[in-house]
Amino acid sequence: MAKIIAGVGTSHTPAIGAAIDNGKAGEPYWVPLFKGYEPAKKWMAETKPDVVIMVYNDHVNAFDFKIIPTFGLGCAEEFKIADEGWGARPVPVVKGYPELASHMIQSLVLDEFDMTIVNEMQVDHGLTTPMSLLFGQPKAWPCRVIPLAVNVIQYPAPTGNRCYMLGKAIKKAVEAWDEDLKVVIFGTGGMSHQIQGPRAGLVNSKFDKAFLDGLSNDPERLVKIPPLEYLRDAGAEAIELVMWLMMRGALGDKVEEVYRFYHVPASSTAVGTIILEARP
Amino acid sequence: MTQNIEEYEDIPGTWVFDAQRARKGYRLNEFLYSLMKAENRKEFLADERTYTSKFGMSDEQQNAVLNRHWNKLLELGGVSYALAKLAFTDGKSYQFMASQMTGMTEKEYVEMMVAGGRSPDGWRSKSERKGKD
Repeated sequence: MAKIIAGVGTSHTPAIGAAIDNGKAGEPYWVPLFKGYEPAKKWMAETKPDVVIMVYNDHVNAFDFKIIPTFGLGCAEEFKIADEGWGARPVPVVKGYPELASHMIQSLVLDEFDMTIVNEMQVDHGLTTPMSLLFGQPKAWPCRVIPLAVNVIQYPAPTGNRCYMLGKAIKKAVEAWDEDLKVVIFGTGGMSHQIQGPRAGLVNSKFDKAFLDGLSNDPERLVKIPPLEYLRDAGAEAIELVMWLMMRGALGDKVEEVYRFYHVPASSTAVGTIILEARP
Repeated sequence: MTQNIEEYEDIPGTWVFDAQRARKGYRLNEFLYSLMKAENRKEFLADERTYTSKFGMSDEQQNAVLNRHWNKLLELGGVSYALAKLAFTDGKSYQFMASQMTGMTEKEYVEMMVAGGRSPDGWRSKSERKGKD
């Protein structure tokens, strides 16, 4: 049986990917951030998942405004790296798992989550920055990746509660897959940040720390946060944190927090990461 | 759980990209999306007015593009991630674009971020903001 053994929450700030690609990770601005991710990278190297389910958002790269899926599940063999406007990141192509993804579609739709099936898409920094942070710079990614793109760009985004419930349905779908697989699910984006308008640069460390605590101890509190509260208290782009709740929902009731790191800033973003292992 | 537009509008210094604003910005954002392709970036930079005229956006939107009036572009339905493609086309970063939106220099903006970012205090609502600008 396939099993979701752990969840990773992490920011996906594009400047982090650019710092890695351009050999700037050793600069004083970036050193504390990459140092903070070292234990997470080590954990990942020891955990060796077979499959990653990457809950992320596209940033007007795979999807323009012609069609905007709220939940799009990548069912392709592979996903090429998008040129977001400054050339594609020099990272390996992402290999999918169409059989498992198609099984997830079957299960999730019958569980009343109206997923959009995506058979072709390019992936952007929302997916590749977390891969680089947790897997480093290999010639090929060491596992298969099922991308789950969530619309958090055009409001309203799905609610935290909806994402949490979908996470639970993902757990059920994965556990019904008859192959011994270790699966790690990522929730990406956030934490507090705003990259638009005169209020750009907003950071709310208190909100972020309470959010990390809640993931570990009290997710039911977090799922009740109204969308407007993310915007007001943690910045217009902090709504991305609903994707972390999907990750948390997929882990079951009991988790053990094995790592946490928080740092301000990366570009305009408060960066956080947390690793939660599922417990029986 | 319905969301009142008035509540979005009550957040100071922010243009929430909701369905109505997205509708107004559709042509503008499709232009910005086109800048994902290197050949389009080249064509745009060679003759910005001719290139932007192909997308059917309003004159106000087109002028805001040509003048890089970032906040005006947000107000007229541009979404920050699409606007970033215009910044990248100019050889600039997200960080540069964000600093322009705040009226700071990039250096001042970076210093604010390194010092922990902008505190939400005084920025949660228009009533909280009153008299502070």
